[in-house]
Amino acid sequence: MTAPISSFMPGVLTASAAARVGFAHRCARFSLRARGDLAPLEAALGLSLPDRIGQRTSAGEREVLCLGPDEWVLHAPESDATAITAACAGVYADHPHSLVDISGREVSFVIDGPRGAELLTLGCARDLDTIAVGEGRRTLFDGATVILWRDADNNFRLDCWTSFATHLFHLLDTGVRELGAENH
Amino acid sequence: MLLIHCPYCNETLPEVEFAYASEAHIARPTRPSETTDEDWAEFLFMRSNVKGPLYERWRHVHGCGRFFNAVRDTVTDKFLTTYKAGEPRPDLSSLTEGLK
Repeated sequence: MTAPISSFMPGVLTASAAARVGFAHRCARFSLRARGDLAPLEAALGLSLPDRIGQRTSAGEREVLCLGPDEWVLHAPESDATAITAACAGVYADHPHSLVDISGREVSFVIDGPRGAELLTLGCARDLDTIAVGEGRRTLFDGATVILWRDADNNFRLDCWTSFATHLFHLLDTGVRELGAENH
Repeated sequence: MLLIHCPYCNETLPEVEFAYASEAHIARPTRPSETTDEDWAEFLFMRSNVKGPLYERWRHVHGCGRFFNAVRDTVTDKFLTTYKAGEPRPDLSSLTEGLK
């Protein structure tokens, strides 16, 4: 079911002694594709674009994650969106690139709690130990492409398309309750 | 589950992140208007269908999104190597040497 972005209210959705899952506050999201000399883009955005897949950098509240050799995802406060679009449009003529506003496409789950990493193994085939704290990756979670941001050992953000959010939440909710029940 | 090494991410990752994309190193005719029907059919439909090591394309679709090439043994399903798109095909004898 596809739901508008406004229907995902930030806050904790489900919690147990093992883990907690909630929606993050809304933010501006951009998909950036660029090749060649990145310096003008970096100057326009006010941050350096990481060149290794999975690496993150941030400046103020802007945060960028490298997804592929020429692809990045950028998160920023919603109020910052127009400034980012304008700054990149300013260098477009000399340095062609693609900056797409995907704010309305994705929501972020926030996953934490003592067994947060274990909860993710429910739908993620990838070895989560290979994602270091402070990094992120695009991967597959129970059939949906997601972007995982690892903020601490057991603290993750999971970006997914709004159309998959309900499905993924049901799986995460089951996991949260099941891991919580094991503790008793 | 197979583990596949993505040459762009430089990581060995589960098969579910990848998609198969047919045989590799098939060059599109450079002058389509001068190509005969037989050559088009050869280009479009004919594949080597080997029993053993096969050069093939894969895409890291749920990761970096890149196409890359791999050599996979179609009998054992073992990946002999993976390499970036555009790189020359690796010598088969050097890949299979260690397996004998």
